[in-house]
Amino acid sequence: MSEDNEPQKNTRSRRQFLKSAGLTGALVAAGAKSAWPQASSAEAKPENLPPHVADWSKHLGTGVADRPYGKPSKFEAHVVRRDVEWLTASQQSSVNFTPWHELDGIITPSGLCFERHHGGAPDVSPADHRLMVHGLVDKPLVFSMSDIMRMPRVNRVFFLECAANSGMEWRGPQLNGCQFTHGMIHNVMYTGVPLRTVLNEAGLKPKAKWLLVEGGDASGMNRSLPVEKALDDCLLAFKMNGEALRPEQGYPLRLVVPGWEGNIWVKWIRRIEVGDKPWLAREETSKYTDLLADGRARRFTFVMDAKSVITNPSPQAPLRFKGQNVLTGIAWSGRGAITRVDVTLDGGRNWREARIDGPVFERSVTRFYVDFDWQGEELMIQSRCHDSTGYLQPTKNELRAVRGVNSIYHNNGIQTWLVRSNGETENVEIS
Amino acid sequence: MGAASLYGAGPSAAAPAQPEKPLGLGTPATPEEIAGWDIDVRPDGMGLPPGKGTATQGEAIFLEQCAACHGDFAEGRDRWPVLAGGHGSLKADRPEKTIGSYWESASTVFDYVRRAMPFGNAQSLSNDELYAVTAFLLNMNDVIKDPEFELNQGNFTSIRMPNADGFYDDDRETTERKFWNAEACMKNCKTEVVVTGQAAILDVTPDSKSAPSVD
Repeated sequence: MSEDNEPQKNTRSRRQFLKSAGLTGALVAAGAKSAWPQASSAEAKPENLPPHVADWSKHLGTGVADRPYGKPSKFEAHVVRRDVEWLTASQQSSVNFTPWHELDGIITPSGLCFERHHGGAPDVSPADHRLMVHGLVDKPLVFSMSDIMRMPRVNRVFFLECAANSGMEWRGPQLNGCQFTHGMIHNVMYTGVPLRTVLNEAGLKPKAKWLLVEGGDASGMNRSLPVEKALDDCLLAFKMNGEALRPEQGYPLRLVVPGWEGNIWVKWIRRIEVGDKPWLAREETSKYTDLLADGRARRFTFVMDAKSVITNPSPQAPLRFKGQNVLTGIAWSGRGAITRVDVTLDGGRNWREARIDGPVFERSVTRFYVDFDWQGEELMIQSRCHDSTGYLQPTKNELRAVRGVNSIYHNNGIQTWLVRSNGETENVEIS
Repeated sequence: MGAASLYGAGPSAAAPAQPEKPLGLGTPATPEEIAGWDIDVRPDGMGLPPGKGTATQGEAIFLEQCAACHGDFAEGRDRWPVLAGGHGSLKADRPEKTIGSYWESASTVFDYVRRAMPFGNAQSLSNDELYAVTAFLLNMNDVIKDPEFELNQGNFTSIRMPNADGFYDDDRETTERKFWNAEACMKNCKTEVVVTGQAAILDVTPDSKSAPSVD
């Protein structure tokens, strides 16, 4: 099994666990039939198990110069971003998905952060990058990366969720895996400078009400950002998880708009124009507006509401053992901090409060757990989260009652996974 | 209640001590630099460059530069976006949101084509070509009836889109008020639970016509 590919210590504790749990060798037949590639689960090689001594205990491993920039173990090769080809007409204006079912804690590894581009991911030279600030300012300015790097900086952990995350699920369960239903989100630590510091250099005129923020890619991604938000908590970030932004995340400079839909987090940001009215750019008219059942549409639906999902078990991560198991998942809210997560195993008849572990930041992914005993009964599992504004994550039907099924964006409804007696897990909806 | 402790959720999520005075960083942007990058156009006409064009002129440009993806009549090909049609479909089960059926302002057409189209060759159209292509798209959507009508910097803001009144600002905090302070049932919340939808039974790798669109 795959856990035998981990260091010896874990293999031993695995065995001890099985023994102490008094399990009757209760490995379930997890023949999860899925359209998506599964984790490798190579058979353990007896020659590596006690009383034999494995090769890696006898021969030297690689030297320190072998991997100047490290990569995950080859046994983790299945932990990758994946895309869904039929979603888009081109690979350059498309999306891929973070493999949350393989992750834990709250920080997304930079190389696994989902991507969403509209004109591909350019390779921008930091020496040539410029940020222009003009419009209703006292002094129009151009900033080089060197200028930005000389400003007082901060470190903050935030989630970035695509407005369309779970958007394919409005009409019913469609994709089998939380990577696909909930994978358009990542959560990293940003280092950057407050946007207000840059605006303060140029000096906003009294009539300034909106900013046009624009990317340096071939889509010229542009959105209208209210000045109050810009002056509140937005950042111009140049590092994520301690190192420079990845090219696909906006290297060398991106906008961070805490709690708000991912589209407005403009990457490769090249220009900010200060104005007195919004621009009604394509990405806030044709896209990122939410069509309701009466034929009218909400616009400027910036905030991402409270949401959660169980990442394990899930369709890509079926239950494989009877007895003691770990249920885990993530919760987040664009309006504040997650204060509580409830989990049901019986389709909403009864709920228990999950255990939150790890740091809880505002507008950040929060990790929760339920440690439970499973004897092969069918489960219908859901999570629902509460945030610091008193918001309670709604069901999908409660959302549809207000919005219909054509709003595409902002689907934060409660997700149900059906765990069958063989551990196989499926994306379903229940009454 | 939850054992959550709020590390780092301080009074302000972003700000270190804000300098009273500017730091003196950055260099003045010259009018030439601004003119080279300032490509946005707003509904009130701010940003429109000098220029003019008709739908007839735009059709020739469209056939050469746009129709391979968007179709000869802006009707869309394969999975590429449909730019015309869908009028009156916004309440339908499967709405077709196009420039004519959905977009709020004609300025968005000009702004977006100017910055991002043709896909793979952005910022390549001249100002006259942009007016002409915009006129053609509006003509395909019956917003401009006369293909010889000259769209220009002076008359652009007179164009009114069919769905101009179709949008309103985010009202979730009122219309979805019930999601706040809702009571969360914990015990014996329902009796019967039935599976009403299954991804595996749907088991679609959706086709190009019924699949959700991300573009």
